[in-house]
Amino acid sequence: MKLTLKIWRQKNRNEKGAFVKYAVDNVDPEMSVLECLDVLNESLILRGEVPVAFEHDCREGICGSCGFMINGVAHGPERGTTACQLSMRHFKEGDELTLEPWRAKAFPMVKDLVVNRRALDHIIEASGYVSVATGQAPDGNDILVGKEVADQSMDAAACIGCGACVAACPNASAALFTGAKITHLGVLPQGQPERERRALSMVAQMNAEVFGNCTSIGECTGVCPKEIPLEVIANMNRDYVCASFTRREDFPTPVTPVVQRT
Amino acid sequence: MKLDARIPSGSIQEAWAKACFDMKLVNPANKRKHSLIVVGSGLAGGAAAASLGELGYNVKCFCFQDSPRRAHSIAAQGGINAAKNYPNDGESVFRLFYDTVKGGDFRAREANVYRLAQISGKIIDQCVAQGVPFAREYGGSLTNRSFGGAQVSRTFYARGQTGQQLLLGAYQALERQVHAGSVTMIPRTEMLDLIVVDGQARGIVARNLITGEFTVHIADAVILASGGYSNVYYLSTNAKGSNVTASWRAYKRGALFANPCFTQIHPTCIPVSGDYQSKLTLMSESLRNDGRIWVPKKKGDPRPPNQIPEDERDYYLERRYPSFGNLVPRDVASRNAKAMCDEGFGVGKSGLGVYLDFAESIHRLGEKTVRERYGNLFDMYQRITDEDPYKTPMRIYPAVHYTMGGLWVDYQLQSTIPGLFVLGEANFSDHGANRLGASALMQGLSDGYFIIPYTVGNYLASTKFPKVDESNPAVQEALTSVRTKIDKLLSIKGNRTVDSFHRELGKIVWDYCGMARTAEGLKLAIGKIRTLRSEYWTNVTVPGSGDDLNESLEKAGRVADFFELAELMCMDALDRNESCGGHFREEYQTADGEAQRDDDHYSYVAAWAYKGPDADPELNKEPLTFEYVHPSQRSYK
Repeated sequence: MKLTLKIWRQKNRNEKGAFVKYAVDNVDPEMSVLECLDVLNESLILRGEVPVAFEHDCREGICGSCGFMINGVAHGPERGTTACQLSMRHFKEGDELTLEPWRAKAFPMVKDLVVNRRALDHIIEASGYVSVATGQAPDGNDILVGKEVADQSMDAAACIGCGACVAACPNASAALFTGAKITHLGVLPQGQPERERRALSMVAQMNAEVFGNCTSIGECTGVCPKEIPLEVIANMNRDYVCASFTRREDFPTPVTPVVQRT
Repeated sequence: MKLDARIPSGSIQEAWAKACFDMKLVNPANKRKHSLIVVGSGLAGGAAAASLGELGYNVKCFCFQDSPRRAHSIAAQGGINAAKNYPNDGESVFRLFYDTVKGGDFRAREANVYRLAQISGKIIDQCVAQGVPFAREYGGSLTNRSFGGAQVSRTFYARGQTGQQLLLGAYQALERQVHAGSVTMIPRTEMLDLIVVDGQARGIVARNLITGEFTVHIADAVILASGGYSNVYYLSTNAKGSNVTASWRAYKRGALFANPCFTQIHPTCIPVSGDYQSKLTLMSESLRNDGRIWVPKKKGDPRPPNQIPEDERDYYLERRYPSFGNLVPRDVASRNAKAMCDEGFGVGKSGLGVYLDFAESIHRLGEKTVRERYGNLFDMYQRITDEDPYKTPMRIYPAVHYTMGGLWVDYQLQSTIPGLFVLGEANFSDHGANRLGASALMQGLSDGYFIIPYTVGNYLASTKFPKVDESNPAVQEALTSVRTKIDKLLSIKGNRTVDSFHRELGKIVWDYCGMARTAEGLKLAIGKIRTLRSEYWTNVTVPGSGDDLNESLEKAGRVADFFELAELMCMDALDRNESCGGHFREEYQTADGEAQRDDDHYSYVAAWAYKGPDADPELNKEPLTFEYVHPSQRSYK
């Protein structure tokens, strides 16, 4: 089939960007959206033009590298699907697809469909872990974890850090991402000793990175390719509020946010 | 060259403890004076960087992705083995060791494998403590399953996302050290050369993939954990960015490359659907626990699978291997699928596929149980193929998945260049000629968490480090050679894209150095690779410039290295006149088509030394001896 791709082209952060339309023939319904971009890029290269920059790696929906807005929806129209797994059979002859990068102040533009998502690493850096050095661990079965708790933890831990939640949120909030990690570790016995400190630090870093506030709209969970539930945000808020009462004295200092580094 | 593997003398059970005790230690106060470079942030690299940072070393960790959490370890689905014997079913360190040596078809180093089995239990403990949400029983204890042909249940898992969860554990430990200031994370940066000064590895030359800037990083030791090279085949289950460049540049600086022809073809992948295809998708091997593999008895049977009656189906693995059935090791399962398709029994549009059928399991266990076990995999299959595996059998075909070969290392994981250590899939040591399922995660984490922290200390404590700075001639030479290569690639401006060359190269390697190899075919392949390579250097076109994000340029450098590697793989496969594990030479098979080893002549590690651009590489042999597991013909019948 034949399609038109309307793609955001921007050389770098300092130059202005604009949409450019490209006609793509011979689109096979079995292709993924990224393979469709591959085909376009091959033809651009042979025409002496600069190919479209987009991020991708595993192409099986787990690494979290890929992602852009497809007709205004993060990762496109299919639920629970990353762009690399979205097959072209969901579109039809003559369709026009608008592709644009994640847009959020905390994700500075790099090029075309590529943005800088290091702010998410900073949130993890701010206590998104259990502080256990290599070699200190007791036997695996010394820490019992009920199946329901393990399942709840795993549901939250499935987050791939793609940033779709931020891109979909009208406030560009990273609450779903942050709440997912707080829930993953916060419900497990291993995560208890640092539970309050973790919530305080991660939320402080999230705010420092200029992500917006959560106003419970729910677009984030709607586009999340791993369908992380909204309740993780409630968990985050609860842990944060509890921690704010008990640990006021050691309020964490965030590291320099991405927007101030670039 | 005499290869000294530095295996401690005495019993294998005591070897690692003895080695640890004999190792020199770095005084805690001196650790921060030592700088280390870790290339790669996957299970091996991430675990190493985090653990070395915890010890107090000054660590720089590099990855080419935008974040260390993207490393390809994340895509591992099935699980991680450990000799815990929680299920009380006869597992032991010795059995895991035995199975791994046998599964590797007696081409792995016994002492390394034994150590891996010994350490395996500690890995699970460490990951649990980090908060990895492993599957649990209702009572709260860890769940195990049998996996990939093992007759005991030794595999720990986190749904179908075990690699992701283990990697996130390592990544979080790494970020903790980043916060502590002991590790500097340098993402979106690719290592392009190794700096060797007076025979010691002293740093790397890297390129910032956003700005194109070349940077020099000097250190006391360099640790490569840059993964495998399956992407030499173009189509593989590896992530698109996975490449051999870091290892290859180290090889060209004097590190030996061992067993390059040992590649693993995974039996359960989704078949190729068209020539635009950019990669192959793996369906976890765990599916073989409950799925039955078959083809129609009639060649080219046009009927849909559900209309083919039971007695017209050939469950060929159950027929040929009654005791292991659908759970034979990967190499055996893959080869049989290829054989059925080559004989014309293949299914699907291309005829390159066999059925993996869950009807019987769904009947026996109910759809709910099957959904609980494999739901996410079934969804993934349906998303890609638009077919519902609950109703119609999956179609699967083998695809390249893992490379057992890699840079040669001794027992301390040091390469033939002092100060260059190699971990995880990038080294060669533990899997022999065929890796067992759920063993890659185990090896990556064992190397990263529990081996390198000891062995690198030993090296640092017993070596002198003369001052090296950017003005050193060796540094300048490396910088110039990297720059020249990039400029050359940009200046050719030919008529073919990098991908078109890569596809063609991959097809040659797959056809002649894939699942089945012959001397004649390999010789032909070497000629074809050389011809294509010379065309590459005169007719490739790389758009854009070297001073911003330019994926074509990144790929161009990696494909240039794949050309050279492909040739070495064929030479290695040609040298090894036997069949073993994933290396199947058609001339060497038993009467019933199984791999025929030749222990008298080929019980060695083939370690190749680079001798210059126009000279043939030199073959060095590390003899393999088996004191604990007596080599036998593998039989899964």
